[in-house]
Amino acid sequence: MSSIFLVADRDEHGEIAQSTLQAISAAKGLSSSSLTVVVVGDAPASALSLPVDKVVTVSPIDADDDGIYDQVTADLAEIVIKASPDVVMFSKTEFGSVVGARLAFRIDAAFAPDCIELSNETGTVRVTRPVYGGSALAEYEINSSPAVVSIRPGAFEPSTDTGSPTVEKLASALSVNRSVHVSDTVAEVREGVRLEDAKVVVSGGRGLGGPEPFSVLADLAGVLGGAVGASRAACDAGWIDHSHQVGLTGKSVSPDVYIAIGISGASQHMAGCSTSRTIVAINKDRDSNIFKEARFGVIGAWEKVLPSFLATVRDLKL
Amino acid sequence: MTVRIVVLAKQVPDPETPPSQFKVDESTNSVIQPNGVPPVVNGFDLNAVEAALRLRDRGDEVEITVLSVGAKFAMDAMKKPLAMGADRLVLVDGPGLDRVDSTGTVKVLAAAIKKDGPFDLILGGRQASDWDQAHVPLGLAEILKLPLVTLVQKLEINGDSLQLQRVTPSGYQVVTAPLPSVLTITNELGEPRYPNLRGIMQASRKQPEMLSLADVGLSSDELVPRLELKRLYIPESNRQVELIEGEDEADSGRKLALRLRQEKLI
Ligand SMILES: Cc1cc2nc3c(=O)[nH]c(=O)nc-3n(C[C@H](O)[C@H](O)[C@H](O)COP(=O)(O)OP(=O)(O)OC[C@H]3O[C@@H](n4cnc5c(N)ncnc54)[C@H](O)[C@@H]3O)c2cc1C
Ligand SMILES: Nc1ncnc2c1ncn2[C@@H]1O[C@H](COP(=O)(O)O)[C@@H](O)[C@H]1O
Repeated sequence: MSSIFLVADRDEHGEIAQSTLQAISAAKGLSSSSLTVVVVGDAPASALSLPVDKVVTVSPIDADDDGIYDQVTADLAEIVIKASPDVVMFSKTEFGSVVGARLAFRIDAAFAPDCIELSNETGTVRVTRPVYGGSALAEYEINSSPAVVSIRPGAFEPSTDTGSPTVEKLASALSVNRSVHVSDTVAEVREGVRLEDAKVVVSGGRGLGGPEPFSVLADLAGVLGGAVGASRAACDAGWIDHSHQVGLTGKSVSPDVYIAIGISGASQHMAGCSTSRTIVAINKDRDSNIFKEARFGVIGAWEKVLPSFLATVRDLKL
Repeated sequence: MTVRIVVLAKQVPDPETPPSQFKVDESTNSVIQPNGVPPVVNGFDLNAVEAALRLRDRGDEVEITVLSVGAKFAMDAMKKPLAMGADRLVLVDGPGLDRVDSTGTVKVLAAAIKKDGPFDLILGGRQASDWDQAHVPLGLAEILKLPLVTLVQKLEINGDSLQLQRVTPSGYQVVTAPLPSVLTITNELGEPRYPNLRGIMQASRKQPEMLSLADVGLSSDELVPRLELKRLYIPESNRQVELIEGEDEADSGRKLALRLRQEKLI
């Protein structure tokens, strides 16, 4: 029986993020004596009904420490050392990736990032994580206490259970002398739905051949109420901003429909979208890996296929 | 004053290996190197080399040391950073050093840096394309107690501080950090340069400085993995694609839309 600490992510409204509800499902799959969720900043309403034993809050992140996380790493290290849980869980988000790794090394624990399965029947924590861009799966036994892990978004269904945890507020005991400072934040102005939340994602790759076709993809996404994604090759080429990148080193999406146009389906791309309910591919090469991942596909050049596809979708939506 | 930079670089199997040629040996839990596909320097680590070279291009006086921990180094691959313009290549090699866990890698890197240092700046890639851990430089910053900034897409040295751009999910942040610091570099920085002929000639004359575990003051007993690899395998995919065919490509596009409607997907 293990005691588990789960460090929550917060969504853009400050509520407990979907990735954390998914991590709660992962935690519930372990045999545990207690599950504590650690929230950074004051507990939002959604934290008060989580199906867990306890919610602990630590000090919020200062704007000039956001993304650096010097203070929150120190705060978490302190409470983890004090409570000595057996497992410390994060989500593999920007926050969890940085803080999970820093915390693990600070307290001399082993860190297994980006896990898609975990168990502890035998007393030790075992995890499965994709490696080699998702071309292979690796199973590890974690021989450190605590075992620090992060959970891949989309790998578990979000927990829909409710509960009434006790809430405890912890103030920072130590103030860190921070030498790294964020002085400015530049964000792309987003129109329409957030890529991560979209029910439909229309993604383009190197096969589009240039930036212009992305406006057709945006039209299609607009009609379907979805968002535009891209492969790394398209982003690196400068055809679309990197904030649209889907994949292992981009965003993780799990829409109902993922439409991949001119994308070969490299494992590192699929790592960000393989949990989509339905994958649709338009690609001119029958041998492209994307046809091994897709449920529906058209073999053809997007220049020919896309206009009639878009026109028909428009008609259907009228 | 010369800014001493160390770039952490790892040798990895070529991630562009076609999926059909990607095979693992389940009895040894290792990847089988496909015939005719030699290993490469991890892509993001070349971005880190590029980042260091751009500082030199800007007029900063820099000395660039590339540091790698591993076993069975492929010299042709590992010399690429030298051909791009790096000054030194330090390789810590020894049996099993390609199979230590991230804690072990960090220990060896930290020991090598202490031996070869002091350095003013440590650059790593955001992630290695073999085990996709994305945390070795973060661990190194913790062990060496140095400031850390991840996902850097732009850097400048201003006197004794760094002016950085850090990629975020929706854009970027402007960040200042002191020297020395540990940074991870991401591909948003831009393509690594191709080595020119002069660079290749220079690299061919340079010899890597080889260090053993003992040279950096460690023994393999100190590197027993706590993240113990139990099984490595290729997942089976049993997805079946339904190909939509029309009279011509435009007709296929139309039929695709109708089919998705039929499935109530749109
Ligand atoms: C560590 C690491 C992390 C990575 N992270 C990511 C990531 O997060 N996201 C990501 O996407 N990639 C990532 N990559 C890169 C990935 O390996 C691939 O290189 C990339 O996804 C390829 O993009 P692509 O499919 O657009 O291009 P390509 O592989 O070049 O494919 C282009 C496709 O377009 C098709 N095509 C060409 N012309 C047409 C036409 N006229 N009509 C229709 N189809 C056409 C071709 O048949 C081909 O299948 C990563 C790589 C590494 C090593
Ligand atoms: N064995 C190694 N030798 C040198 N640098 C390494 C090694 N392993 C990891 N790194 C560095 O750490 C980064 C992230 O690696 P990883 O945490 O393994 O994904 C890489 O891009 C390298 O810069």
